[in-house]
Amino acid sequence: MSVTATAIQITIDGRPVEVAAGSTILEACRSIGEDQPTLCYLENLTPVNVCRVCVVEVEGSRTLVPSCSRLVEDGMAVATDSVRVRHSRKMVLEFLASSTDLTTADPVVAEWMDHYEADPDRYGPAAPPSDDRDSRATGHHHVSDGLAAETVYQPAKIDNTLYMRDYSKCILCYKCVEACGADAQNTFAIAIAGRGFDARVSTEFDEPLTNSACVYCGNCIGVCPTGALMFRSEYELRRADLWHEEDQTVTTTICSYCGVGCNLELHVQDNRIVKVTSPLDHSVTDGHLCIKGRFGYEYVQELGDLATTPIDIVLAEARTK
Amino acid sequence: MEVPATASERDAVDGLLGPPESGWDGAQRTARDGRVSFGGFHMAAAQRDLLLPALHAVQSEVGWISRGALDYVCKRLGVPPAEAFGVASFYALLSTEERPPRVAHVCDDVCCRPHGATEIVAALEAAFGPAGTVVDGATWHPSPCLGQCDRAPAVFMQLAGEADAVLTRTNGEAVVAMLRGESVVVDGQPATVVGDLLLGRMGTIDPTSVESHVANKGYEALRRALEMGSAAVVAEVKASNIRGRGGAAFPAGIKWEAVANAPEETRYIICNADESEPGTFKDRVLMEGDPFLLIESMTIAGYAVGAQRGYLYIRGEYPAATALLQSAIEQARTGGYLGPDILGSGFDFDIEVRRGGGAYICGEETALMNSIEGLRGEPRNKPPFPTQHGLFGKPTVINNVETLMNVPTIVVEGGEAFARIGTERSAGTKLFCVSGAVATPGVYEVEMGTTLGELIDRAGGAVGDLQAILLGGAAGAFVGTDMLDLPLTFEDSSARDVSLGSGVVMLFNESADFPDLLRRVAAFFRDESCGQCVPCRVGTVRQEELLARHLTSGRPLDRALLGEIEEVMKDASICGLGHTAAIAIRSAIDIGLLETV
Ligand SMILES: Cc1cc2nc3c(=O)[nH]c(=O)nc-3n(C[C@H](O)[C@H](O)[C@H](O)COP(=O)(O)O)c2cc1C
Ligand code: SF4
Ligand code: SF4
Ligand code: SF4
Ligand code: FES
Ligand code: FES
Repeated sequence: MSVTATAIQITIDGRPVEVAAGSTILEACRSIGEDQPTLCYLENLTPVNVCRVCVVEVEGSRTLVPSCSRLVEDGMAVATDSVRVRHSRKMVLEFLASSTDLTTADPVVAEWMDHYEADPDRYGPAAPPSDDRDSRATGHHHVSDGLAAETVYQPAKIDNTLYMRDYSKCILCYKCVEACGADAQNTFAIAIAGRGFDARVSTEFDEPLTNSACVYCGNCIGVCPTGALMFRSEYELRRADLWHEEDQTVTTTICSYCGVGCNLELHVQDNRIVKVTSPLDHSVTDGHLCIKGRFGYEYVQELGDLATTPIDIVLAEARTK
Repeated sequence: MEVPATASERDAVDGLLGPPESGWDGAQRTARDGRVSFGGFHMAAAQRDLLLPALHAVQSEVGWISRGALDYVCKRLGVPPAEAFGVASFYALLSTEERPPRVAHVCDDVCCRPHGATEIVAALEAAFGPAGTVVDGATWHPSPCLGQCDRAPAVFMQLAGEADAVLTRTNGEAVVAMLRGESVVVDGQPATVVGDLLLGRMGTIDPTSVESHVANKGYEALRRALEMGSAAVVAEVKASNIRGRGGAAFPAGIKWEAVANAPEETRYIICNADESEPGTFKDRVLMEGDPFLLIESMTIAGYAVGAQRGYLYIRGEYPAATALLQSAIEQARTGGYLGPDILGSGFDFDIEVRRGGGAYICGEETALMNSIEGLRGEPRNKPPFPTQHGLFGKPTVINNVETLMNVPTIVVEGGEAFARIGTERSAGTKLFCVSGAVATPGVYEVEMGTTLGELIDRAGGAVGDLQAILLGGAAGAFVGTDMLDLPLTFEDSSARDVSLGSGVVMLFNESADFPDLLRRVAAFFRDESCGQCVPCRVGTVRQEELLARHLTSGRPLDRALLGEIEEVMKDASICGLGHTAAIAIRSAIDIGLLETV
């Protein structure tokens, strides 16, 4: 938030609110405890305002506006629960849920879907996965009979032992691209490619990550809201039906590798580290880490030939294949 | 993992950028490169805008952009390969999959469809197989409107290593022959052009010669403007009340004033010549017939708002207009009408032509700016508006070709005189692109306020039994014959809930297959959505599916759901593409065109 001395008066759903000039509508809403749904917004990334689930109605504006990025103006009258707002939010959620696998998305998405009465099934049964999403001709598509609802379902990309990408779950929120780019990592290993419904996150020519500029910082995983990007450990444990988030503990510690002092959150299940995150609001990391802090925890739990329990076997395998 | 470029790929890039300086930017590595570093962030930032031209250079020379070619471009410009791939794969005319040297882009859009395109497609399917099949170094693809509807059916030929070509009033036999490498006669006949003010010189001047321009009052307006001073030019444009001709009808004077008064000194002027709205061809006709007047207009605009540089962004499928404009710019430079100290006035200004890559969305002003900057052609969120934060983040005036080409008249005759033409709220004349089932398709210039029926009469009247008119383009609406009394003004059209858009008036008679046309419109928006925002990226797909479900599977049309999709696209999309993507289809259903099944 860029705070200036000037305060601005607006109303939110009829309530007068005073906020600092330079605040976004979302920040103003949050200041009175009225959070708005957001998918492509994150405090530590530049707003791209593409998902449109955060839209609100501003008096005098022809269209709805994205609350995550629109700045407040003096006298603005904002409605966050009007018929138009509810309709657009419902449709955005339906569009995403009818085209994307949201099974591992942040559980709050399901709450919003209930709240806005989103019914993704009314677009018809989901179309099956396709294996050509990385090579479709731009500006062209196969004409369908319309009986099934087109999806982004596709085979998962598993090309390294640290993390995997399942773009069937990708809502194209641009967060991973921003985290890999100028907002955090400055590595630019991934970008949005293609156009329209065929737009996708991709390395150049869909090269495997091992041939790309990726340095495995995992910052893209840290910001992904849908689980499209996932630690191999989590992915393999889920596949083996051994992922039990409810049984996990989260221990905060400081990375032991270098002198920067990054906060690590070790997610531990059955006495095994199963993933590592860093708090978004940590002053050193802003949620971002490097490969050592993110993935270099193996030395605490050498598994190899000693793996005997089901979870150890899965984790050991994930590290070798 | 780096892949080397072939010699022809490197030559294509070096032809644009010059030879590389060291191993750091793509030359052979030498021992010296190990001791001296080169490039870095600032070099990359300063050259990023050359990305699309460099990709075009490879595409035109080699026919596709290979991994090696992309890597070489990236090395030369300091662009990360993933980002360059994201840009290359955004454009339909650039191919990141191997493509043969001869490609026919066959327009199968709303005007060509009933006027011969279906036969061309059938001939190509018979000779080559389905779209995309490669036979002997050639292939074909369907294409959205090519801006040649007055000379339908049209085909754009992308030819590696040779100049691209456009075939108009063509047929399957000619397209097949050309794909086989035989030479065919390209229809060179100009469109019908009727008008006095903007189109008055059309046909009498030679578009290849600056002398011809000068002999026909060329550069009088520029001289006049330089005498008047920049503030007076802005005042005249404001007084003229001219509103933008690109579709949004925003008063030009207000934009000009905002940029002229901007606190920043670096400013830009952009001519939007992307013209990809289906049914629109007036800007092409203007540029092909009178390119010097456009260059003069941009120079006046640059002078008025204090810009140092102008960009002319022209759609990639207009090779003839592009060549004429490039030559016009060179001749203007030689004559002292462009470059440093124009006509001894002390005003420095130059113009660069940038070629689009086959993306309707790049006509949207902020997408166009991103495209010039070497980014993906995704529209920006507004505010901030281009007058504050435009090209390269600087105050920018962007105007349509037709808007700009009215400026010389405004300067010479005065803003008030211009404002007296047309109606009070719609000043001047307007060009209309009349096509389809009409006796004489072409560009017609009429005074604002002329009725739709009068305009059609001027074009010789409808052919057959007029069923519907597509007014304003695919982003416009289908209207019935009850609209023939509509005075063609911004105020009357908005009062009757339609839009003049980019001046499209496309006629359909009893032979039109409306369900098929509506599916084409739905496919158009799906193909051309940039994909950035959810309402449009998915909404255009769901809209097309609902239509298909009804038309191919005989399910009842779910009008309520279509309406809900329209609502969210209109309300929550980022840009005008999403806002208008449902209008034509809904309007057609409203006037019963789907019931003719
Ligand atoms: C999807 C889309 C496509 C557009 N295409 C064009 C175009 O091809 N040419 C054009 O002049 N304006 C186009 N526009 C309008 C421009 O955004 C902008 O309003 C215009 O260039 C301003 O110039 P004017 O004020 O002289 O009309 C398009 C807008 C949208 C939303
Ligand atoms: S792991 Fe890091 S470098 Fe690799 S794609 Fe993700 S953010 Fe980019
Ligand atoms: S992979 Fe995740 S973070 Fe990246 S765009 Fe998709 S949903 Fe967003
Ligand atoms: S409305 Fe469509 S074209 Fe415009 S920004 Fe959104 S996705 Fe892109
Ligand atoms: S959160 Fe605002 S547009 Fe996505
Ligand atoms: S050129 Fe074919 S529809 Fe316009």
